[in-house]
Amino acid sequence: MVNSVRNVKFEIIGLNVWFGPVHALKQISIGIQANEILTAIGPSNSGKTTFLRMLNRLNDLNQDFKMAGVVKLEQEDVKNIDTESLRKRVGMVFALPLPLPLSIFDNVAYGVRMHGEKNEKILSELVEVSLKEAYLWKEVKDRLNESAFKLSGGQQQRLCIARTLAVEPEVILFDEPCSGLDPISTAKVEDAMVKLKQKYTIVLVTNNVKQAARVGDMTAFFLNGELIELDRTDKIFNAPADKRTDGYVRGEFG
Amino acid sequence: MKKIKELLIEKLILICGLASIFFVLLIFLFLLKEGLAVFKTVSSFNFLFGKSWYPISEPPALGILPLIMGSLLVTLGAAIISIPIGVGCAIYIAEIAPLKIKEILKAGIELLAAIPSVVLGFIGMVTLVPLVKTVFHLPTGLTALSGAIMLAFMAMPTIVSIAEDALYSVPKTYKEGALALGATHWQAIWRVMLPAASSGIVAAVMLGIGRVIGETMAVMMITGNAAVMPNSILVPVRTLTATIAAEMGEAVVGAEHYFALFAVGIVLFVISFAINVTADLFLHKRQ
Repeated sequence: MVNSVRNVKFEIIGLNVWFGPVHALKQISIGIQANEILTAIGPSNSGKTTFLRMLNRLNDLNQDFKMAGVVKLEQEDVKNIDTESLRKRVGMVFALPLPLPLSIFDNVAYGVRMHGEKNEKILSELVEVSLKEAYLWKEVKDRLNESAFKLSGGQQQRLCIARTLAVEPEVILFDEPCSGLDPISTAKVEDAMVKLKQKYTIVLVTNNVKQAARVGDMTAFFLNGELIELDRTDKIFNAPADKRTDGYVRGEFG
Repeated sequence: MKKIKELLIEKLILICGLASIFFVLLIFLFLLKEGLAVFKTVSSFNFLFGKSWYPISEPPALGILPLIMGSLLVTLGAAIISIPIGVGCAIYIAEIAPLKIKEILKAGIELLAAIPSVVLGFIGMVTLVPLVKTVFHLPTGLTALSGAIMLAFMAMPTIVSIAEDALYSVPKTYKEGALALGATHWQAIWRVMLPAASSGIVAAVMLGIGRVIGETMAVMMITGNAAVMPNSILVPVRTLTATIAAEMGEAVVGAEHYFALFAVGIVLFVISFAINVTADLFLHKRQ
């Protein structure tokens, strides 16, 4: 594989995951470089979301979850990091925007407050920086005290990104973040992602193949729990090594 | 022929449906008719806020404030005991307990709900009452506190099962969202799950309290039944329900005492109705 030398953020070695009798991920090995966007594509039930949720150990919540193999964040096995600090370092944005029934400001400050920050000055600075990074600041700066539910779907999703950024993570996981958004909002979220990679490492799971092509540096193609191909995004889309990858990116099956 | 059959069945079902409303209305009207008659002899203010209840002395004193206070004291005590334990139990069952323990606990809670109140009453009488007496050095253990503790057991199943239901129906994504921000399990429960389930939990509490305030048998057996204004939770009290149950048999039909007991019934009905309506409002807000 191509990526092995530079600054590796995540290293996944021989990862297998079972949910009860279902073998959801089979022998996955991937390295994720810092400050890059890795996009994971594949049909539904291919294991890409399970893979994503391994990175912040969200699968641990599932009662019949079993795994073998290693996931390392900066050379440390994530099993040895307690889940709270792992999830602080590895933020996640979900498919559906999930603002809390609070003001815009309080939504962004939520995670930070939860981790114990009480100083209002630091909080408001953090909120501003995070909203700017999520490209939402200009649209909401005059109405920070309004309810977050008054925002449009796309704005809500960027609010959720800001909320994740405010906790100051190193990695951000996106789980089909645009599946509920219109094309214009999608473009804005994609813009935000591309700019965010200067500071963060990003893993994006998407059902939208074109989106993967637009924002990805590296792309992983999953099928039935197996990693079929991992390569530079342009290579995956222009000259994939595997016939199945070729078929999927051309839209021959989904 | 088929059409007539259909029509007949439809009408029959309609009658069944109307019957329940009809009976409720009938009961309510009867209650009103008998109860309101007492206000010919005593003003509604003196009835509700009068401090002495001596229905068979001459002339009778018909002030039900001691009874209202008795009911409120026992109910409040039961609420203070059962709400934290009940909600805590619901959180444990919905969020923390492993599958096996969850099953056992739920079965246990159902069993608790199945104990007849008179059984709880006499168990309380022989175990709790002497205990309260010795612990607090009281002349008698038949106190509001004993009633409150016993009634807390009766409110618990309602509170636990409905609150657990409310917590269970909070979308999984809420909790995951909080955890993904680095929340601890407890922070996710306290800051996300509980607020999201709050209306269901309030409804659970209200229904639990509704059960307590209408309960008769157990309180009659263990609260001492003294119709005096309570000045602490460690004295005997008499509740609205116990008053009706204890005195109705002796009251002369058509006498003031008889009408007064019906009026007590109206007061009880209004309180329960208010509690149930509040619970209903919260339940519907949730949906």
